[in-house]
Amino acid sequence: MARKISMRQAINEALEQEMTRDASVFIMGEDIAGGAGGNGDQDAWGGPMGVTKGLIGKFPGRVLDTPLSESAFIGAAVGAAACGMRPVAELMFLDFMGVCFDQIFNQAAKFKYMFGGHAQTPVVIRGMVGAGFRAAAQHSQMLTPLFTHIPGLKVICPSNAYDAKGLLIQSIRDNDPVIFCEHKNLYGIEADVPVESYTIPFGEANVLRDGKHCTIVSYGLTVGRSMEAAETLAKTGVECEVIDLRTLSPLDWDTVMDSVENTGRLVCVDEANPRCSIASDISARVAQDCFKALKGPIQMVTAPHSPVPFSPVLEDLYVPSAQQIAAAVKKTMAN
Amino acid sequence: MNAAKKSTPGGGIFPLDKPDLLVAYRTMRRIREFEERLHGEFAKGDIPGFVHLYAGEEAAGTGIMMHLKDNDRIASTHRGHGHCIAKGVDTKGMMAEIYGKATGLCKGKGGSMHIADLSKGMMGANGILGAGAPLACGAALAAKFRGDGGVAISFVGDGASNQGTFLESLNLAAIWNLPAIFVVENNGYAESTSRDYAVAVDSYVDRAAGFGLPGVTVDGLDFFAVYEAAGEIIKRAREGGGPALLECKMVRMYGHFEGDQQTYRAPGELDDIRDNKDCIKMFSERVIEAGVVSRAELEAIDREMTAEIDAALAFAKSSPSPTLADLSTDVYVAY
Repeated sequence: MARKISMRQAINEALEQEMTRDASVFIMGEDIAGGAGGNGDQDAWGGPMGVTKGLIGKFPGRVLDTPLSESAFIGAAVGAAACGMRPVAELMFLDFMGVCFDQIFNQAAKFKYMFGGHAQTPVVIRGMVGAGFRAAAQHSQMLTPLFTHIPGLKVICPSNAYDAKGLLIQSIRDNDPVIFCEHKNLYGIEADVPVESYTIPFGEANVLRDGKHCTIVSYGLTVGRSMEAAETLAKTGVECEVIDLRTLSPLDWDTVMDSVENTGRLVCVDEANPRCSIASDISARVAQDCFKALKGPIQMVTAPHSPVPFSPVLEDLYVPSAQQIAAAVKKTMAN
Repeated sequence: MNAAKKSTPGGGIFPLDKPDLLVAYRTMRRIREFEERLHGEFAKGDIPGFVHLYAGEEAAGTGIMMHLKDNDRIASTHRGHGHCIAKGVDTKGMMAEIYGKATGLCKGKGGSMHIADLSKGMMGANGILGAGAPLACGAALAAKFRGDGGVAISFVGDGASNQGTFLESLNLAAIWNLPAIFVVENNGYAESTSRDYAVAVDSYVDRAAGFGLPGVTVDGLDFFAVYEAAGEIIKRAREGGGPALLECKMVRMYGHFEGDQQTYRAPGELDDIRDNKDCIKMFSERVIEAGVVSRAELEAIDREMTAEIDAALAFAKSSPSPTLADLSTDVYVAY
């Protein structure tokens, strides 16, 4: 049975269902209950955005408020995972990866290979990504390319509540470290989400719209803007195929390349900065492997190569818009 | 193993009976033989990469690890061979790993700085200084969740005792009352830089107190002092008494890495270490003098260890190297 719930509720439900199913799953992070040690409500915040609200009451002892000490608690999550637990650690804003990245990319991501396949590290590190919250340069980044660059990390970025639930459940059951990127401006957006537990496999993109003229590839918040651009273009007779990658590592190359083989045109939309981005990664691979199918130059629509600005006027210009995406489609169609 | 004092058949008052004294000697000799042979082989140019020897520090690793079982975890350092051996890791697999061979414990993908054997509770040597402390917190957290009485030991040198990861871990272990023990192996040098220059406090007991942890400093050259102090701390942690810090004051018989000219040492310092601060020699003299063990018994162990390491070296040298097919296995490859 499905009903409309927000992405925030869908993530909460995924955590609750997995904690119910598997006693080795526990969650930890700064303020995820938000009342530890105080004389007030033990579940005061339920996470800074309320994503984990209500869980401490259902799972006492398995919802751990941590000190502001990212290296220690992310490392502890990694260590517990290496010892058979399935921790889900919330890093609040994934920008904070800067203070604990060693535990993720030198430790968690490397164990399996470095130890000859004898280790597994089923840890999920989830947190907020993306701009649009007026949170400025250190709380708004789309760092997905940074994580995707590291072999051994799986990188997930859902665009809606349905995908968020299925992908998070899959992430918790996966035996590799997963960076689960939640766009903060999607938390409140509702979709039809089944009550029951379900998984969405990694490496399976979602084709949201068929079209024969141009392929638009995106993930996260800009999926909605890509759809908006495609609807607008359809009124002018240009039919775009819109692909939501959903998982960036692994990436569903087959779906992307099959689509480009059919349309002959590609627009990559990425909220990350342009250098060494998801957009440039896909553009390069498609240029290499689908060269003969291309009828026009590949276009990339990304954030500018600058930090995220604070001023609302500037920030609104920062994230790729439906208009920019439509313009990019027209540009490649003009060739 | 029981840390309680036992009267020995020879009449000496040691905290271990004769069979355990021989186990301790065998472990220390196994480490020394392993490291000294590596020193010789490295000079021939046959061993790739960086090698950091534990020779001179055997009493500490052995005295601590004799209290541990396979389900107790340790997070080691770049100078990890001694920890591995004392935790029961096979010397053949270790040697082959150090030679980068397919028969190595990590299939030749880890090397000296990343030897791990999770089946023995050895969570890995670590190329990142201080990185093991959060991992040990996680292992301790996992043990606490399971309620299996397991403990986790984090090793750092005096150098890495200044890392934020280490200091954050002391706090995290303290607030969560984790069965974690933080061992500072103070050999006087962080690579080439002296401990007295780089550590602001004179005593690690003071540093532990700053985090609300009990701390103990012992003469790390004295096997019995380490054994007794570690026994008390580990027993306390097993029984829910929480974390502690153990500083072992020790010496490094070789350089930071093989090839280090050690010109930062005072003239005569190394001779003094060899002549007067050899922890194995000190152990032997005490047990022989007490009449508990004969010199002939110890010499028999020496010969046994020489033969074991001969065999390990022969195994490593004659083993096949990994092949192209191994390059991309044991990692999640998304590309």
